[in-house]
Amino acid sequence: MITRRTRRTLVAVSMAAVTAVALAACSSGGAGSSGSTATGKDPSSFTVLTANENPTLATELKSLASGACSAENKALPLKSQTVAQADVVQKVTLLASQNALPAHFIAGTAMVTPTGDLGKNNLVLDYEKQLKKLGVWDDILPAAASTVNSVYGQMVSLPYQYNIEGIWFNKKIFDKLGLSEPTTFDELMADAAKIKDAGYTPFATDGKDAWPVTRLIGDYIFRSVGPDAMKDIQDGKAKLTDAKYVKAATEIQKMAEDGYFGQGFVSTDAATATNDFLTGKSAMMYNGSWLLSNINDKTQDVIGSDNVGLMPFPGVSGGNGSIDQWPANAGAAMAMNPKDYGPKVSDWLKCIANNYGSVALKENGVVSGFKINKAVSDVPAPTKMVQTKVADIKETVLWFEALMDAKSTALAQSNVSLLTTGQMSAQTYMSQLQASIDANK
Amino acid sequence: MKRVFGDRKTIIILLAPTLIIYVLLKIVPVMWSLGLSFFEGNTLSGFSFVGFANFGKFFTDPIAIQSLWVSIIFAILATGGQIILGYLLALLYVFVLRKGSAFVRTAVFFPMVLPTVAVALLFRNLVSVGQNQGPINDIINFFGGKSVEFLASNVGTMTVALLMTYWSSMGFYAVLLYTGLLDIPEEVIESARLDGANGVKLIRHIIVPLSLPILISSIIFSFNSTLKVFDSLLALNNGGPGTSTTPLTLYMYQTAFNYSDYGYASTIALMLTILCLLFTLAIFRSSSRKAES
Repeated sequence: MITRRTRRTLVAVSMAAVTAVALAACSSGGAGSSGSTATGKDPSSFTVLTANENPTLATELKSLASGACSAENKALPLKSQTVAQADVVQKVTLLASQNALPAHFIAGTAMVTPTGDLGKNNLVLDYEKQLKKLGVWDDILPAAASTVNSVYGQMVSLPYQYNIEGIWFNKKIFDKLGLSEPTTFDELMADAAKIKDAGYTPFATDGKDAWPVTRLIGDYIFRSVGPDAMKDIQDGKAKLTDAKYVKAATEIQKMAEDGYFGQGFVSTDAATATNDFLTGKSAMMYNGSWLLSNINDKTQDVIGSDNVGLMPFPGVSGGNGSIDQWPANAGAAMAMNPKDYGPKVSDWLKCIANNYGSVALKENGVVSGFKINKAVSDVPAPTKMVQTKVADIKETVLWFEALMDAKSTALAQSNVSLLTTGQMSAQTYMSQLQASIDANK
Repeated sequence: MKRVFGDRKTIIILLAPTLIIYVLLKIVPVMWSLGLSFFEGNTLSGFSFVGFANFGKFFTDPIAIQSLWVSIIFAILATGGQIILGYLLALLYVFVLRKGSAFVRTAVFFPMVLPTVAVALLFRNLVSVGQNQGPINDIINFFGGKSVEFLASNVGTMTVALLMTYWSSMGFYAVLLYTGLLDIPEEVIESARLDGANGVKLIRHIIVPLSLPILISSIIFSFNSTLKVFDSLLALNNGGPGTSTTPLTLYMYQTAFNYSDYGYASTIALMLTILCLLFTLAIFRSSSRKAES
């Protein structure tokens, strides 16, 4: 029986619910509906939002502010803000919806693509257009611009890093065991077996973050299927459940079963894995050229920088890819807010393009996607080695999850621990991932 | 005084500030979230009305269903362990340690004040394997066993998470139940003893029935907090391996803030609220039936 009080309560609850729905509906499209203008208005400061995990960028920008860009800094002072990498999407989404984006900010990969939340709301500056207007487009290395375009679908990120990824190896251990740089995946596996037998961990692996393992799956695919392998998945021309793709997951699963990643790699973090490699406990480590900052740090690098080598992921017999196609990336997306792109911000952009390459290389040994306009001497040997390799690269490939949506990327990385511990088959891993990609298209 | 509290205006004036704050901070966001569960999108891309589509999606989403089970299983096992261990400790305080229980009570309660993330990191290191092997595997090795990678399987991760929860919260429930046991009149226990009730008999027929109200409150309290488990499973193994130990709360967080789908995340939140409500009602019903019988 419905009493009067119950009825009154029901009416009140229904009214509140209707109000909430109406309020929520009102908010629809309220944010981000305004279009961008190529010529914005200067903010009161040049606020830059960077990731906590990448302190180098904030340090280098501060260095520019007190050095080469001091005039720009005087006109529009640099202000640094940081955010945890894991919170980037959340923070930038909220800031953008409140019309409070900083002048220059880190963003999630999927956000800045033409169909991403920032991209479709015109909240990212077209750097190519603006840098050409400023006459400094040549300061961006063509390879870096090409990588940015491939990943984000448009030139909406400044290449503060230009990273190549490959297998770092300990030359001393390789010499001791009489091994040479493998050129095929089979040779790499044979070497790994010898390394394991000699009592070393073949690959120091940061399994906690998972991406170093998914990268191996991707690299195997690029070598066996070809450089467009993951684009074909995105375009629907191929499926991850195709035999060649599943084979990649099977091979990496086998590497884990054979103990090549070491005991407990699933819960090993980046710092531990790096330490294992730089203290000579592991013979190899798959990582990007950003590892140079650890290698160049003598307190971390016990094996000595001369004993560190870098080789590309080897070829796969009968595959369509080549060992010369290095996986490359240009760091996290660093976009600019078109609404804040006034004359003073454009001065900052010009100054960064002119000077960042030299300053980052000189002060931190960082290889960026900017041209080195001032000769830098005393470059550490490992950095020089990377520079030489980068200069020789003719073609690059992306990484396994580069073109995937956020949910599929998370699934690829979270399920890889089940794959490598034998709790999930390679077929299931790939079919779940394909289903996620299809569902989020 | 009676005249003051009998006056409607006075009651409204006294209640209004608290009520307004409560409505603004609690009811409005809950209602807002309820409304959002019928929409799709986020604050940047905008929202579009999808009716009950998010609810349909929830019941066909394998990760959501898996997360629902993770939350339920964790809540049942964690509550069972917490309450049983807490009750045993409370009995120990009252009947064995008596007035000398202050130190043990404080020592067992202490982990409760530690941040969950710190406790999770502690347990991560305790069970770790590889180059930085933890003491648990050292002990296993000492007795001739092979190292176990606890966090590589869902059973291992869940076991560590439950042990962690027991260790950090049993002291709290022990204190809560201890206060309930103190309320039992000494004469009742004495007379039961004179009638020949001792040990298990005394606990089963006298102590448990007389401490039932505080026991029921503890169970409801524990269920509602463990159903909402978030930080311990996140810090321990990020809901992994895979998504096998991802509770509803973590899946809701990821959906809202990593995948920017506020509408579907609100639906997950609503499901969690309904689950808490159902559990509470079920416990209330069973306890009232017991009381009647």
